[in-house]
Amino acid sequence: MTTLYTSDHEWLSIDGDVATIGITDYAQAQLGDVVFVELPQVGRALKKTEAAAVVESVKAASDVYAPITGEVVEVNQAIVDEPALVNTDADGKAWFFKLKIADKAELGGLMDEAAYKAHTA
Amino acid sequence: MAEPAAATPSSLKRTPLHALHVSLGGKMVPFAGYEMPVQYAPGVLKEHLHTRAAAGLFDVSHMGQVALVPKSGTVADAAAALERLVPQDIIGIPAGRQRYAQFTHADGGILDDLMVANFGEHLVLVVNAACKEADIQLLRNGLSDVCDVQPLTDRALLALQGPKAASVLAKFCAEADGMRFMDSGPRTVDGLACYVSRSGYTGEDGYEISVPADEAEQLAEALLSDKDVLPIGLGARDSLRLEAGLCLYGHDIDTTTTPVEAALEWSVQKVRRTGGARAGGFPGAAKILAQFDGGAARRRVGLRPEGRAPVREGAVLFASADGGEPVGKVTSGGFGPTLNAPVAMGYVPTALAALDTQLFADVRGQRLPLRVAATPFVPNTYKR
Repeated sequence: MTTLYTSDHEWLSIDGDVATIGITDYAQAQLGDVVFVELPQVGRALKKTEAAAVVESVKAASDVYAPITGEVVEVNQAIVDEPALVNTDADGKAWFFKLKIADKAELGGLMDEAAYKAHTA
Repeated sequence: MAEPAAATPSSLKRTPLHALHVSLGGKMVPFAGYEMPVQYAPGVLKEHLHTRAAAGLFDVSHMGQVALVPKSGTVADAAAALERLVPQDIIGIPAGRQRYAQFTHADGGILDDLMVANFGEHLVLVVNAACKEADIQLLRNGLSDVCDVQPLTDRALLALQGPKAASVLAKFCAEADGMRFMDSGPRTVDGLACYVSRSGYTGEDGYEISVPADEAEQLAEALLSDKDVLPIGLGARDSLRLEAGLCLYGHDIDTTTTPVEAALEWSVQKVRRTGGARAGGFPGAAKILAQFDGGAARRRVGLRPEGRAPVREGAVLFASADGGEPVGKVTSGGFGPTLNAPVAMGYVPTALAALDTQLFADVRGQRLPLRVAATPFVPNTYKR
């Protein structure tokens, strides 16, 4: 599996034609304590850069954008039930949703881990 | 994810505790023209809960402190003069006590809200940071015949709030524990010439301590050396005051809201209302007293969303789950860490202001159900 990153602080773990998407540890630290998460409906067709999910801290609400075009095939109810998971395990258990990748060519525009580290340095 | 806020412009002012905030890991953001800590390493949620469980120390030095010194030497003259600008009974504030007040506008709106303390020989006002220059001008224009208006720019202001505030401050100020809610006046704290009031903006018991600017860091470090005290940023200050149902100027009250619409009738004493010995005589009295007598068309209310989603400032309110015209707007809203639930306040038509009235807020295109609720959302613990 390959992990890719966006400049909007999302990660994508690619497994075949499915991408698992979450926000980075850097992003959760910037947000602060997460108190509410809203996820897209399974089956929803998302276009690249479309607002897909909402993550709210005590202070503010932030949109999570679809980093690529695709159909939502699964969402992570665990972070809806326990939003604090986003703070404790952003890179792991606190994934947001899985997309069936519509166009693998879109992955070419994303960053690898080294490039993302440089982006947040 | 949105990008983090841009770097702080260098034009911002700093409080005497700026270096301490930075050394404590404060995340500095622009607020009312100042560079202020929005949070420290523990974050807003833990800072909020710590203040309700133990004690939090807040830097509120950005707020304006102003002395009104009567030229006659008689404090009642300053009090009578200030009554030209506010609808409160200022003459009736006993020496050593303070009272919540508002500067009103000729249209009945609120120019700022403030605390007024009677120090025996003069009055001391605490006003909002964003309004302080305008307030000082208002005071000079309105009261200079009677008072010297003296901004206390060489003083910092700290707030120590929470159930452990009294036991902590007692170690530095023997008289502090004997003070009641809204007692206010000069006290010696850790050997420093301070002004102390038993008051705050969290709904908790606590104190606000005015200290000479060049000794503020020493006092803050002394208070922070107590294991019960953590530094608290503006983020938790906002969630604490929201749970306490307290208004934030520029959001819940402003020049378009009157004290009656804002549900602040309790702060206007009978002596200034229709039939009182000193009825009226403040800006906007005709409109404000007419609202006291005949009611206002809209009212500030507490709101409890029924789901988990925070309903934030600016959300439009509706009376029904679909269709219909907007009936009001949320003026403050967020997540209440102590309630572990979202809380908000806003303005609605008086006919929809009764407790438990069902309303709906538009959040990202969905109408989320909420109900009119009593404030404070979290009971206050003032030592009356």
